[in-house]
Amino acid sequence: MVSKLNLDFSVVEGARKSARIIAEDTQKFIERHTTVSVERTVARLLGIDGIDDLERPLPNVVIDNIKHGGGLSEGASFWIGNAMVALSKTPQEIAELVSKNEIDLTKIEIQERSKIDAAIETVAKEMVERIRANRAKRDAYLTNLGEGPKPYLYVIVATGNIYEDVLQAQAAARQGADIIAVIRTTAQSLLDYVPYGATTEGFGGTYATQENFRIMRKALDEVGEEVGKYIRLCNYCSGLCMPEIAAMGAIERLDVMLNDALYGILFRDINMQRTLVDQFFSRVINGFAGIIINTGEDNYLTTSDAIEEAHTVLASQFINEQFALLAGLPEEQMGLGHAFEMNPDTEDGFLLELSQAQMAREIFPDAPLKYMPPTKYMTGNIFKGHIQDVLFNTVSIMTNQGLQLLGMMTEAIHTPLLQDRALAIENAKYIFKNMRHLGDEVEYKKDGIIQKRAQAVLAEAADMLKDIEKMGIMSTIEQGKFADVTRKMDGGKGLDGVTQKGENYFNPFIPMMLGGNK
Amino acid sequence: MRVNSGLDLTKVKPYGDTMNDGMMQFSFTLPIPCNEESKEAAKQLLTKMGIDEPAVVHAEDLGVGYTMFIMYGKCMHTVDYTTIEVPKVESDVMDKYGVEDYIKENIKRDVVIVGACSGTDAHTVGIDAIMNMKGYDGHYGLERYHGVKAHNLGAQVPNEELVAKAIELNADAIIVSQIVTQKDVHIPNMTELIELLESEGIRDKMIVCAGGPRISYELAKELGYDAGFGTGTFAEDVASFVVQQLVERKLV
Repeated sequence: MVSKLNLDFSVVEGARKSARIIAEDTQKFIERHTTVSVERTVARLLGIDGIDDLERPLPNVVIDNIKHGGGLSEGASFWIGNAMVALSKTPQEIAELVSKNEIDLTKIEIQERSKIDAAIETVAKEMVERIRANRAKRDAYLTNLGEGPKPYLYVIVATGNIYEDVLQAQAAARQGADIIAVIRTTAQSLLDYVPYGATTEGFGGTYATQENFRIMRKALDEVGEEVGKYIRLCNYCSGLCMPEIAAMGAIERLDVMLNDALYGILFRDINMQRTLVDQFFSRVINGFAGIIINTGEDNYLTTSDAIEEAHTVLASQFINEQFALLAGLPEEQMGLGHAFEMNPDTEDGFLLELSQAQMAREIFPDAPLKYMPPTKYMTGNIFKGHIQDVLFNTVSIMTNQGLQLLGMMTEAIHTPLLQDRALAIENAKYIFKNMRHLGDEVEYKKDGIIQKRAQAVLAEAADMLKDIEKMGIMSTIEQGKFADVTRKMDGGKGLDGVTQKGENYFNPFIPMMLGGNK
Repeated sequence: MRVNSGLDLTKVKPYGDTMNDGMMQFSFTLPIPCNEESKEAAKQLLTKMGIDEPAVVHAEDLGVGYTMFIMYGKCMHTVDYTTIEVPKVESDVMDKYGVEDYIKENIKRDVVIVGACSGTDAHTVGIDAIMNMKGYDGHYGLERYHGVKAHNLGAQVPNEELVAKAIELNADAIIVSQIVTQKDVHIPNMTELIELLESEGIRDKMIVCAGGPRISYELAKELGYDAGFGTGTFAEDVASFVVQQLVERKLV
């Protein structure tokens, strides 16, 4: 591809190299640690599911038992495997015994290591094969049913009631949506457990539960057959249960997951050590399951200025790319985030947005970029809002974005009504069809506003990455370089769930899943 | 001929292109299929709402047997504009420099303001617009005001934590933002804050304000706040109110 922006790709390479060093440096920390959520994920992947009499999820019951026994650093695989060998029971049976206080995992006599490994290997393989089969099923759907053209039309449902969500999602699919995201209820990201079962109550969204995933998956498969294309399902693999939700999504064949530690650190005040460790395992799972991740750079621009801080978005995209690659997640599954958030009163603001979007496209050519609509400058004037979304859609089709999170004219007012979503889809379909190949026909003036803007943002991002390379990602966040938000290494939620790995520690899923679907 | 001829402020009705034509536009969805019967249903609905000559200008199936309508019609009702009284923030609005000068002259010390997006609400866009250095749309936030010590506690701050922080920082004012109001979740949350402040015996010692798209001055007052700020509020609106109230209530 010829660069329309006349970018200096040696600068791109330099930035990428810095990001690689930053990610590898962080990876060393990640590999020395585990967390309660990583271990609950292992428990889930070993087949442990359900709740006890107090409605506590069994993965929590099991990991709490291990933690209280002082064994967290050896990991769930070791203790569950040990119990499997000692008691000749399945992981689920063991979890139930723990929940009835009949056994204490860390008090069971330690068995022969090779037997523990073998016991875990067998169950782990079953789950890995199940996830592999889900991936194959998605591929079969895509081959047989097909999919909508990119940019995929991505809409949200957020009623709080999974059954109402189903109605809205099916309506959206019939109107032309390609991706349905079920927004989570507010504050779920701060729960240190995943609720269980179908749910009908939520604020501003619906609980992410495995049963809710299953209900929506089934509904979208049905409507997909009807409209003749595969409808992707998206949820939120972020917050304190990041890897658990990745596992649930892989098991229930979700297709897209929001998945970004930096977002949780900055905007949900989740401890950085906790969530960076969690992110690695969640990305390994997402990578293996063929799930497209969405990163959260777009959110920076809701607190910082989109013009002044554009380079922080690019710098973060570079870092997210490297974190993803280290977790075996290929570029084709990286929905790197950015957003159309410049003040609409800016002269030539459209040109700057176009420049930013084109730049992301050229620097990450194979990534299905996730493009977020205007939110910060949306008002109660829904008529103007609809036009802001027109400009947003225009930039997207001109720069071949991957996942278009459709802007709603009622963005500043309420979660989308049925008709709001229909009008948003109509807007996008009109523009995408009418301007389908406009981008191919247009070149940008040499050293014009658009080219110069992209070159300047790239240079600034490369400089920023050089600085981060020197001080490391954690100090960078402590200094408030992203989104004007400062977070401390030992601050935020979830730090008490982090521990160093012990000498018996093993997680069978990392070697089995790392490297995509090999 | 006077342009507003026919305007009677005791009997105001919508204006389209002719005084008192009552013209209004509507868009809504009915949970019934798109056909002649549903169009008639939509017209009858508008008639019941007091709309004369209802016209369906667009009707469209939304994919689940529900129909979106766009309609016009003439409103038969009127309102008496001359008798309307709306409670609102009474203080003068000063700009940033005005507030800074006011503090220097009348308060003569830093004003401590603690803000948060409280309860389960994770949407900080409102509190950030008021508090963060950068502010919103060219209006600097409270962090940039000389003479104001602004502490933005961020999202999902439990009321207990907010009150504890306000006590710790010896706050002059607490400002809370509530964006997510689905199923009226903001009402119990806002009420709880006031109750906590009262039980700590500090409600009268500080200014307490709330803001958000569905927070009106009237609602905030009803729930025991000193003021409520809706959309279109900038940092100077909040700051002006807080500093003048501090002086008025002799809390300086």
